[in-house]
Amino acid sequence: MTLHTPHDLLDAVGELPQSPDGLVVEATGVQKYFGRLHVLKGVDLTVRKREVVVLIGPSGSGKTTFLRCINHLERIQEGRISVNGHLIGYREENGKLVEDKERNIAAQRSQIGMVFQRFNLFPHLTALENIMEAPVQVRGTPEEEAREMGLKLLERVGLEAKVDTYPGQLSGGQQQRVAIARALAMKPALILFDEPTSALDPEMIGEVLDVMKELAVEGMTMIVVSHEMGFAREVGDRVVMMDEGIIIEEGSPASLFESPREERTKAFLSKIL
Amino acid sequence: MTRARSGPQRERTRSATRLIGFVVLALLLAACGRSSYQYNWNIVVDSVIRPDHLILSGVWLTLSISVVSQLIGVILGIFGAVGRISRLAPIRWLAAFYVWFFRGTPLLVQISFLYFGLGVTGVYNFPDLVLLGITIPGKVQAGIIALGVNEGAYMTEIVRAGILAIDPGQMEAAKSLGMTYRRAMRRIVLPQAARVIVPPLGNEFNNMLKTTSLLVIISVPELYVTFSRKNASGPTVFHPFELFIAAAIWYLLLTTLWSLVQTRIERRLARGSGTGVDDTVRWRDRLLGMRNASPRSGRAR
Repeated sequence: MTLHTPHDLLDAVGELPQSPDGLVVEATGVQKYFGRLHVLKGVDLTVRKREVVVLIGPSGSGKTTFLRCINHLERIQEGRISVNGHLIGYREENGKLVEDKERNIAAQRSQIGMVFQRFNLFPHLTALENIMEAPVQVRGTPEEEAREMGLKLLERVGLEAKVDTYPGQLSGGQQQRVAIARALAMKPALILFDEPTSALDPEMIGEVLDVMKELAVEGMTMIVVSHEMGFAREVGDRVVMMDEGIIIEEGSPASLFESPREERTKAFLSKIL
Repeated sequence: MTRARSGPQRERTRSATRLIGFVVLALLLAACGRSSYQYNWNIVVDSVIRPDHLILSGVWLTLSISVVSQLIGVILGIFGAVGRISRLAPIRWLAAFYVWFFRGTPLLVQISFLYFGLGVTGVYNFPDLVLLGITIPGKVQAGIIALGVNEGAYMTEIVRAGILAIDPGQMEAAKSLGMTYRRAMRRIVLPQAARVIVPPLGNEFNNMLKTTSLLVIISVPELYVTFSRKNASGPTVFHPFELFIAAAIWYLLLTTLWSLVQTRIERRLARGSGTGVDDTVRWRDRLLGMRNASPRSGRAR
């Protein structure tokens, strides 16, 4: 199969929101419990504009949970997470954090894209409608404008032939590319990728990674939970290793993969490399 | 939807059903011939082919009451279902109480209480209502409300099952795009749930068409009451055999018409479900009862 090399993905959506001080994500002391299970035990992470951070770690280390906290799909019990300088999911009242109003949370989420392991496209809508839905419904973008942007995005992820196709008739790789386009259509300041290639057949991983690499090159700020070492090496700025609810080590892909300091990192890398 | 039988076995069952049907019919006709009753088959033929205005208005009442009551039921069902899965406990309790109460008491009792009970106390005695030039008698209003509110309790559970059948990832994806819970429900979850809801909804409406006959208790002149009255007085007095065969034929016409409509609705909703069009029950199958969409067992109203 000849792969349509995507390009100008960000150009298709226009201006992205700017963060004032160049810091997109600021998480400090994030703690999370599922009932009595302590999943996150104080996670600190800063992500700068245009940075690509790859989160790795054994299953159960809390990396996916942490990612889901960043757009408040999960509540946190301690700590704080800010995106573009705004506290996510909570507001401060007399020095205490209380959960924010639903409307505000929704507005914050609209600035944070998310790409899921299982794609989660809307099966009752066509590829194009999947992309148009949020801009039209949430942003109030005129339908014509949203359609134009949707068509551009689909073309740039190599799916111009699948505009009117329903997700059920697309391959996994095609669905994930539509899902990325859907996230991009909201002009997010940041996109979270939750194991975007682990539900894919091996021959489809490449086409999704190509789109993600292109996005990284174009300067999208990304946090990626993935064990795709090739991707991390090629476009990752930083690799963050999590285990048992904390970050145990981080560094550039080259330094972390070649000379990990921690025993647990070594053990983990030896299993997946 | 699972196909209960297929191939030769299904064919065998079908011919067995036919055989039993013929035997029963033959016995019935033989029994008719042996009795001393004077059959007047013209009553059946006339009632169906040349219905008088009484029958036509009975059909109209049955149909319109069913449609309006079912609509009320669906709307109440959507609110009830969303209430049942609400994050707020009092709303969950309220919705659960609604279902518990209306499924736990006989519809006949509910109709009687609403019309006679509220009437005698003077709480509300259902005055006639003129809407767009059409007079809606108080009895009909009471009947529609009783049927609709009762139906809402059943629809609540059907809609709830439909919502729960949708992958939670759909709600998460919608939220991650900045939709509020309400918008995500309305735009993403409910449209998908509709596909799950329509087959049992079809059963509900089929039931509704027939359950309207319970309105006899407050003497709403729908289909059953019409034929019942024709049996009590007039030119066809005391011909219950012919009259109730004719009534049965009218009900069959209505339910058959509905099953055709339902097939069309299901086909429309199959959009985007991949091979969904093939899954749609063909109306012939439905009429033959070979593949029932979702049988409900042990339900008494």
